[in-house]
Amino acid sequence: MASTFAKRRRVAHRTREGTDAAVRAAQIELAGVTKRFVTPSGSMFTALRDVDLVIGPGQFCAVVGPTGCGKSTTLTMVAGLDRPSAGVVRVGGQAVDGITTGTSFMFQADALLPWKTVLGNVALGPVFRGIPKREAQAQARDWVRRVGLAGFEDHHPHQLSGGMRKRVSLAAALINEPSILLMDEPFGALDVQTKAIMSNELLGLWEQTRPSVIFVTHDLEEAIALADQVVVMTAGPGTVKAVYNIDLPRPRGAVQEIRFEPRFAELLHQIWASLREEVERAYARTAAAATAEGGRS
Amino acid sequence: MSAVPLKPEPGTGIGAIGSPADAAEATIAADVRSSTRRRRILLWAARAATLVIVIGGWQLLTSAKIVDPFFWGRPSGIVKQLNDWVHHGTAYGSIWEQIWVTMKEAVLGFVFGVAGGVVIGVLLGQSRFLADVLGPYIKVVNAMPRIVLGSLFTVALGLGVISKVALASVLVFFVVFFNAFQGVREVDRNLLANARVLGASRLAITRHVVLPSALTWIIASLHVAFGLAIIGAIVGEFLGATKGLGLVIASAQNNFNPNGVFGGMFIIALLALTAEGLIGLLERRLLSWRPPSQSEAGAA
Repeated sequence: MASTFAKRRRVAHRTREGTDAAVRAAQIELAGVTKRFVTPSGSMFTALRDVDLVIGPGQFCAVVGPTGCGKSTTLTMVAGLDRPSAGVVRVGGQAVDGITTGTSFMFQADALLPWKTVLGNVALGPVFRGIPKREAQAQARDWVRRVGLAGFEDHHPHQLSGGMRKRVSLAAALINEPSILLMDEPFGALDVQTKAIMSNELLGLWEQTRPSVIFVTHDLEEAIALADQVVVMTAGPGTVKAVYNIDLPRPRGAVQEIRFEPRFAELLHQIWASLREEVERAYARTAAAATAEGGRS
Repeated sequence: MSAVPLKPEPGTGIGAIGSPADAAEATIAADVRSSTRRRRILLWAARAATLVIVIGGWQLLTSAKIVDPFFWGRPSGIVKQLNDWVHHGTAYGSIWEQIWVTMKEAVLGFVFGVAGGVVIGVLLGQSRFLADVLGPYIKVVNAMPRIVLGSLFTVALGLGVISKVALASVLVFFVVFFNAFQGVREVDRNLLANARVLGASRLAITRHVVLPSALTWIIASLHVAFGLAIIGAIVGEFLGATKGLGLVIASAQNNFNPNGVFGGMFIIALLALTAEGLIGLLERRLLSWRPPSQSEAGAA
């Protein structure tokens, strides 16, 4: 098992060298993707059913949906951390098999190594790709500066605030100049003001390099303010309910202010009507499950 | 109300510098400082008193023959014994030589045990299949009283250093192994997924993510492990040796010399405390990235 893993990695390295330019801003395509999990008690649980979705190169796609509709599962399958039970995930026209190269992932919880400094954490990407340490650090220093953390290079994550840690994560994700950026509620744990600042920061950096983005969130306003495309998912088993194109002009400017645009309000109204049904259905289901549980005991 | 000027209500300190509120603030700070100092003095006085009462009580009770010094020794006798060892040596050579031999056995056993425990713990921790295959056997071996292996080692490996090193290694191995294994299991899934997405090879993940993460667990086990290494060395010497502190203690026992037993115990305790201090230093160095915990700050 270890050897197949190693082989897969070697192949991945080779393709990375060969097709680097082609991979840039790759198209992401999910065709008939179903994902089932076996629960610890042995029963089957379907997280996603027949998901069809296309995200064009350089597109910013936000995915919204009720809790437990398989949004995060979608991301792990695009990253190649997990495999669909049925259907296929394609990135840049190629079926995903093993870790998708040119991908960066930002998690809701910090994925920073607490024993490394800010610089060490940001330099991880280049170091893992085999770039000499000195050069990796020079790149990292540049990215630390670009996310506005110059002067904090030698701090450890626990010495930083939540917002600053997010900046480090952002730099660590972007330093590889990914063609795909996957974000799983990256700013979910931040307070409203910090979240707005970080969203602006993200948009600014994204407009420089333009990777394709899948941004999972609970916050519909955040989704509309950031994305080109908002995907509404149904309550589990998750499937694509509707896709809305966000025709707000770019560059968007401050996310706090775009909310005052009439078109923003219109879109919000329209998408919320669709999302609300799903949220209510998911809520009713958990409530029913809770009462059933209570009735049994 | 004016009788308590030292405790201003919250919010009264808004005034300009030098206002009465500031003065009150300074007095409170000084009060806190002096009460902390008083507490520390009291603490050390109480510690010294405890020592005097225990040692003094022991000495008095044995002098008064309420407790028989023939069986239980006495502090003055222990001091005399230690003095005698330092100046005239033991029956098996100088006391320093005995200490050296025992420490050599303990340290070698510690090093081998830790190395083995870390390597195998990390390997098994990363391979679910191997862990599932070997898991039950490891449990069985762990349930055995491994100290009994000492008899085997003494017979098979002789009276020299090797049999003691083997016993100490076995004792150390299991403690470190279980912690390393558990530490690897506890590595944050997010960190692993992130490293994989960033393109880390398996070796790089082990080196940059798994090992540092498990290090907290491994180092926690080292404190216990060194104690066990010393126990392994001493028990090994009890079972059969030509040199070492365990032999000195065993012969004191055979000669009905409780002071010798206590003297040996005292030396071993000193050695263990020194080693504990060194491991503490290592811990602070290797884990310097950890945020200072509240309890540690309080104990300092």
